[in-house]
Amino acid sequence: MIVEIKALTKVYEGKQRVVAVDGIDLEVQQGEIFGLLGPNGAGKTTTIGICTTRTLPTSGTVRIAGIDVVGHAAEARKLIGVVPQYNTLDRSLTIFENLYFHCRYFGFSHGQAKERSEGLLAQFLLTERKDATPSQLSGGLAQRVQIARAIAHRPLVLFLDEPSAGLDPQSRIAMWSAVQELRKEGITVVLTTHYMEEADELSDRVGIVDHGRMLALGSPQKLKDTFGAETMIDLKLRHVEGAETVAVEVRGLDGVKSAEPTAEGLRVFATNADGLLPAVIQASVRLGLRDIAITEPSLETVFIHLTGRDLRE
Amino acid sequence: MSNNERAGLERNQGGLDHKRTMFLKAFWGLYLRDLRVLSREVMPFLLRVGMQPLLFLFVFTFIMPRMSGGNPMAAAGGATFGAVLLPGLMAVAIMFSGIAAVALPLSTEFGITREIDDRVMCPVPVWAVAVEKISFSALQSIVAALLVIPMAIWIPATPVYPHIQNWLLLALVLVMSSLLAGALGLAIGSIVPPKNIGLIFSIIVVPITFLGCVYYPWAGLSRIPWLQIAVLFNPIVYISEGLRAAVTPGVEHMPVWAILLALTFFLVLLGRFGIRGFLKRVIS
Repeated sequence: MIVEIKALTKVYEGKQRVVAVDGIDLEVQQGEIFGLLGPNGAGKTTTIGICTTRTLPTSGTVRIAGIDVVGHAAEARKLIGVVPQYNTLDRSLTIFENLYFHCRYFGFSHGQAKERSEGLLAQFLLTERKDATPSQLSGGLAQRVQIARAIAHRPLVLFLDEPSAGLDPQSRIAMWSAVQELRKEGITVVLTTHYMEEADELSDRVGIVDHGRMLALGSPQKLKDTFGAETMIDLKLRHVEGAETVAVEVRGLDGVKSAEPTAEGLRVFATNADGLLPAVIQASVRLGLRDIAITEPSLETVFIHLTGRDLRE
Repeated sequence: MSNNERAGLERNQGGLDHKRTMFLKAFWGLYLRDLRVLSREVMPFLLRVGMQPLLFLFVFTFIMPRMSGGNPMAAAGGATFGAVLLPGLMAVAIMFSGIAAVALPLSTEFGITREIDDRVMCPVPVWAVAVEKISFSALQSIVAALLVIPMAIWIPATPVYPHIQNWLLLALVLVMSSLLAGALGLAIGSIVPPKNIGLIFSIIVVPITFLGCVYYPWAGLSRIPWLQIAVLFNPIVYISEGLRAAVTPGVEHMPVWAILLALTFFLVLLGRFGIRGFLKRVIS
């Protein structure tokens, strides 16, 4: 077991008591890409903060390859690489030096550090920019340097906190393939995200967190099969008042699992939308149907099933 | 002792050795990083540490003695004003350098960029990262202080030569003072929010310099007893007096034991304060 989280809690005492992490248990296997999915403020960053020795837990333990991160923080840091949410590249150093000195911090000799840095620059297609300073790089490039830096000392597990926050779509895809490449090197990856596509695309297993608790855990397919195998049809209506009567009518349709009025109209979960759609439209058209959105079974629908809320809410 | 126990003990010792090597290598890496950054900024560094003593010496020991009516300050200090000034300016150089080397960079690194993160994630205890900051800053302070000596010889109308009788004392005072300045810088840098760092110069740095027995010996305050007592809470006083004892022992100064005791006290106090503040900023 490479990452072992047991009954982890973190409470921020203060004027407003905040329970950021509320009893999370998690085990991540060697070589796995694990995604923590949840909305902002769910406790993902705090969990990662504790795993990476930057935040002290209120109770519970985290072990990285058997080493306790609180009791033996310095040793644990040798085993982990971290890509934080923000660009924390050393602004006083060039890109090459960012990698080189990172290696030196981890005990590499001059020769080893130079060789490793040059290797990483080539691997991440950064060689041309090696003498640039971090402030000259675009967000996507800076993120690549941060990943290269995080794995420079050959950690067993890499933690990525919201790796695609602030990246353009193209950089995001480049980042995804960089992370998938890491698997070939046998690096275990734990990432947090509030993009369900990211969790779905990248992760072998996903943990869905909300309000500091782990709501569900499993492969994306298993989660979809268990919690959200239904297509979601969101209807926006001009006259919301009558939504309940439409809901009753829709519930009677073949294939409909549930239908609930929402603030803007009606939300329908159904096992198969194809033949159903005309009937649903028919039923709701008299309330002034102004928009219809269909979401195929995804981690998004799983999340909504589990919490009743959207990831972005 | 059974074989198993012996094996366990050996493994443990190996672990300890390994830990120590890891620690030293990481510390050395941090030091090399700071050296690299400093090497890029040699000119700004020299200007930063040199400008103040240069102008001070130029105005008070070169221009004023040539002015008609003489230099009122020099007249007050007598012929020894240059001798009073030399250790005082070294003290200022040490302190400014400590603040410029630690407090200012830390306030940005803690601020928006959080670029201290990668160094905090080194395989050393976090307090060691803070100690590295202090010790690297001390190195700069020592260079800054030593730069004042040739300036005091070349710039004044009448050259001011150091009279070092006890080299050990000089080394001790220089190292302790420089570490103290670094600890002060660390305390300021990690406790004061970045947006207030400019204000700190006006409300802390300037007062402790002017009231730090830099431009006058502590003994000279004997006619203002309340002030003579009050300034004892100012760590800069012991830096100035310590350098006075080491560099210009002819000028009246505090007893050496008192100076060393006070320097140790303030070093421990500010060091603890600074490291605690640093830990608070990086570990939540």
